[in-house]
Amino acid sequence: MQGLTAGYGGPAVIRNIDLRVGTGEAVALLGRNGAGKTTTLLSVAGALPIRSGAVALDGRPATGLPSFRVARLGLSLVPQGRRIFPALSVDENLTLGARRGAALSTVQELFPVLAERARVFGSNLSGGEQQMLAIGRALMTQPRLLLMDEPSEGLAPQVVQQIGELVGRLRREGDLSILIAEQNLALALAVADRVYVLERGEIVHEGTAAAFGEDRALQRRYLGV
Amino acid sequence: MNGLVFAGLVFLLAAGLSVIFGVMDVLNLAHGSFYMLGAYAAFAVVSRTGSFWLALLLGPLTVGLIGAVMELVLFRRLYQRGHLAQVLLSFGFTLVFVDLVRSWFGPRTYGIAPPPGLGGAFHVAGANFTKYDVFILGVSLLVGAALLVGWRLLKVGAVLRAGVSDKEMVGLLGIDLGLVFTLTFAFGAALAGLGGVVAAPFVAIHPAMDDNVLILALVVVVLGGLGSIEGALAGSLLIGLAYSFGTFYLQEFSIAIVFALMAAVLVLRPRGLFGIRT
Repeated sequence: MQGLTAGYGGPAVIRNIDLRVGTGEAVALLGRNGAGKTTTLLSVAGALPIRSGAVALDGRPATGLPSFRVARLGLSLVPQGRRIFPALSVDENLTLGARRGAALSTVQELFPVLAERARVFGSNLSGGEQQMLAIGRALMTQPRLLLMDEPSEGLAPQVVQQIGELVGRLRREGDLSILIAEQNLALALAVADRVYVLERGEIVHEGTAAAFGEDRALQRRYLGV
Repeated sequence: MNGLVFAGLVFLLAAGLSVIFGVMDVLNLAHGSFYMLGAYAAFAVVSRTGSFWLALLLGPLTVGLIGAVMELVLFRRLYQRGHLAQVLLSFGFTLVFVDLVRSWFGPRTYGIAPPPGLGGAFHVAGANFTKYDVFILGVSLLVGAALLVGWRLLKVGAVLRAGVSDKEMVGLLGIDLGLVFTLTFAFGAALAGLGGVVAAPFVAIHPAMDDNVLILALVVVVLGGLGSIEGALAGSLLIGLAYSFGTFYLQEFSIAIVFALMAAVLVLRPRGLFGIRT
């Protein structure tokens, strides 16, 4: 994306965002609460209007398209708060956006618990199960780029670690690109190749995950950790 | 028996109304007009061709088409504007439709006969039933069963149930909600049109014939829960029975009984019987 500016009706929440995720690359988007991480992901996905700037996916323009068209170009979002459909069973949640060639069994192999709970309604899942379901649901659309918005939020450390391992596995198995917005620095640095740091709606730092992980001063300055 | 037949007709309206309100967030006051137009379509077809069965096919089709055009041309532009704009627009439509049928058919009241084979009455266990009552009941039960199966088991049912709780997320998964909305609106209109056709031999056909049914259908939607086929079924049954019980024993209070029932349910279950959200 280039020079992306977007917001919710009032003043722009994010301004002039330049961000690139290469094929097969994992990129972390860091920043404090309210820095504009979710806004960035939602506007890329077409759920928020883009005021200026451009978004492209695999070289195809996606700027200003409705979200369902962006999704069909190969972008899928694991949203903040997971947003599982409560009145749908686990299987129905998974197959709702399934594209041709997507197999339920592939996702069930990644998350055996989703096979066990196939007929349970989304409203009756634990937080960890919901997060796995949200990731599985996104994978069923056969994305080229997976956006993950705070996947660690509200989850037990074990589950967070499980999710970290899973992202690693997804990367090894295909050429899926991943953009992950996180507050959990350990998780972000464990899965990402490069990082961007957002502050008050603007990119203030860009670099490799390894370098950012070693630079305590930088972390303290931008994230307060 | 009358209560059940009435419940059947109310259900044909309430099912569409509930799903349109639940998924699209559109309160469509013109939904009763679809019922009225269906009845007039039945009258027009039967008086020209003599075939009720042709009317049963053409009526819902025509009304569904009208619904599709309304959604594509006008309602679509108002989704961002909130309920007031939609209520005004749909109320405007009710006035337009009433005037249209008045100018085409005149203000007088019409009636059509039940199709051959469905006229007449029979007795079971000392009670009187007309064959046509049983037909109405059969049609609404059939439609109810089909809707329930579609709602619970088909992909389109899953899309609609998902849309009731989180429309944006449905779009993010690559589903074209605009198309879903047009089809939902048209299908709901066609169902109400079907209700009108089926009701035509049972009631008097006149421009204001939808008043009572629409109010009862709205009560059913609130009582059953927004965006729920199960709720529309259970609510219609309750309301139909309460209303005809009321008309039979407490003539003056029949509508009051209906609203008292709604209030009682809402006190116990603010989302309605089967509601997913408030």
